[in-house]
Amino acid sequence: MSVLVDKSTRLIVQGITGREGGFHAQQMLDYGTKVVAGVTPGKGGTKHLGVPVFNTVAEAVKATKANASVIFVPPPFAADAILEAFDAGLPLVICITEGVPTLDMVRVNAALKNSKSRLIGPNCPGIISPGKCKIGIMPGPIHKQGHVGLVSRSGTLTYEAVDQLTHLGIGQSTCIGIGGDPIIGTSFLDAIKLFNEDRDTHAIVMIGEIGGNAEEVAAEYIKKHVKKPVVGFIAGQTAPPGRRMGHAGAIISGGQGTAAEKYKAMRAAGIRTVQSPAEIGHTMAAALGKAGSKAKAKPAAKKSSAGKSKKSAKKKR
Amino acid sequence: MKIHEYQAKAILAKFGVPVPRGEVVHKKDEARAVAERLGTKVVVVKAQIHAGGRGKGGGVKLAKSPDEAATLAGQIMGMTLVTPQTGEEGRVVRRLLIEEGLDIKRELYLGVLVDRTVGAPIFMASAAGGMEIEEVAKDRPEAILREVIDPATGFQPYQARKLAFGLGLTPEQVNAAVPFFQSLYRAFVETDASMLEINPCVVTGDGKLVALDAKVTFDDNALYRHPEFKDLRDLDEETPLEVEASKFKLNYIKLDGDIACMVNGAGLAMATMDIIKLSGGSPANFLDVGGGASEEQVKNAFRILLSDPNVKAVFVNIFGGILRCDVLASGVVNAAKELKFKIPVVVRMEGTNVKQGKEILQNSGLNFTVADGMKDGAEKAVALAGGAR
Repeated sequence: MSVLVDKSTRLIVQGITGREGGFHAQQMLDYGTKVVAGVTPGKGGTKHLGVPVFNTVAEAVKATKANASVIFVPPPFAADAILEAFDAGLPLVICITEGVPTLDMVRVNAALKNSKSRLIGPNCPGIISPGKCKIGIMPGPIHKQGHVGLVSRSGTLTYEAVDQLTHLGIGQSTCIGIGGDPIIGTSFLDAIKLFNEDRDTHAIVMIGEIGGNAEEVAAEYIKKHVKKPVVGFIAGQTAPPGRRMGHAGAIISGGQGTAAEKYKAMRAAGIRTVQSPAEIGHTMAAALGKAGSKAKAKPAAKKSSAGKSKKSAKKKR
Repeated sequence: MKIHEYQAKAILAKFGVPVPRGEVVHKKDEARAVAERLGTKVVVVKAQIHAGGRGKGGGVKLAKSPDEAATLAGQIMGMTLVTPQTGEEGRVVRRLLIEEGLDIKRELYLGVLVDRTVGAPIFMASAAGGMEIEEVAKDRPEAILREVIDPATGFQPYQARKLAFGLGLTPEQVNAAVPFFQSLYRAFVETDASMLEINPCVVTGDGKLVALDAKVTFDDNALYRHPEFKDLRDLDEETPLEVEASKFKLNYIKLDGDIACMVNGAGLAMATMDIIKLSGGSPANFLDVGGGASEEQVKNAFRILLSDPNVKAVFVNIFGGILRCDVLASGVVNAAKELKFKIPVVVRMEGTNVKQGKEILQNSGLNFTVADGMKDGAEKAVALAGGAR
């Protein structure tokens, strides 16, 4: 099993005839994703990469019974593309586009609340359920089918974590890149809830970064409801305040959104935090009791027992 | 994108927000004429830099005559202004705003920004104007009034009234505050601002509301919709290397360490800085070359990294996805050949075409240190930069 996507996912690529959209549509096809339609206004009736192209998302849905869409259109048109996908009633919409104006996302966010769709992104690598379905720009071969759910605001840092897991023989159920913008469709909390409810996901990796308080909100939920082991890392421990670190949402403003605050909330929730991005894989291996976790099992085990003792101390109170 | 106070006020005035009369000067000798033209008993001489806390650093002064205005302008223009927000190095003052002095009875705080937790704009107001709003938020969060704005209906008059009455304004003042607040919101939306702050908004002796200070930051992602703002950018307020990097669409932020890093992806770039620090070193910069960097971009990135005189080693950390390792390696090799630098370079590559990439480095005849993993790479870079501190 997996969350949100699997073998039954039938995908539309919005912007399939563009450079980015075309390249990644091919990559997704090669991975085995069922790309059933493309949408480019004005190119309806043609075929691209062997996939039928439609003028509108609604037509594409009607003709192909698609149930998901991925968006590769340039930033000025991204909000419109997302709204069109909502309007066509698609349950899952993934926007890869980076650089969508924030106020466009304010409008999209309002529409999202009144729609039946789930939005992932924008400014994200997408979602993959290894061996089943890849929607987005992540390199497929580094992934391995398995039972760890991964959620992250980053792209390449996610690949880094996935690569560590795969090298240790730890597969992934689903990896969700939620995106680096201040306003995004699917939050850490949403993703964690999905993983918590998924029987095939046995443990969770959560990769946050500076800015906002979405990690803290998710940590609060994990503290109360999640029994599965969670490994957490926050990027930007050395980031200067007031500067936007590449991602539009990665900024410490007015002393808020620091890595220290997020680590504090995560530790309080019993999450096995790592200060080093190189320790994500080993720490998960230790959490799962896997061999090959080397000496790194020790500090992680310590942390987890500290977490447990905190919990038991609470019970006593 | 940040802009100056005088630019922000000019924009707000177009939207009907009351601002003090004033003029910007680029030469200190122009201050006297402006003060004379304004003709008020008191004029204010305000340093224009992209940082707050100017008053504390001595960048805002009152003058009781055009003579005094000229003297003060002479003192402030060209000074290196150090405020709590500039850092120790401060900023050189190159522009002054000369404004009429007002009879101030009350100081309020007004702000509009997008609240990422609710995913919508909020209008904030506080009777504690003239203070750092972050401090107020920390110590007395109840002193900040907030109205969440539904993007479909916009900022409604009743919301403005709620805020205005909440600030303790008189009914006459509320009548002026409602259109004032609505104009602010309109300016926020129509300029695609990411932040708009009036701190303070003053109530004058004759009961008028005036935006005494103004701070506006634009959403960089929306600048394509506003070609008219291009001229408002002040390159003097930016770090020269960052300006250079922006020409090549490279996301570069200068820091004060000695290990330069070149990474693809913002998250991995931050994580690379973190692991350098954990390994006992100090990052010289943040640099995200992006997902689809070309050889040319890699070369320019190298040139910019190496222009920082503090740099003692370079750590290239690439997880090849769309950006293939062979492209990256060719870029690095060409940059090294062309720029002829002697600074040690540690390269860590993983992902798409990693084998070809490593071969290119090895066959280049140049002295690269190839690392196995992020941790190894960071440790090697720290060692080559002179060891951990």
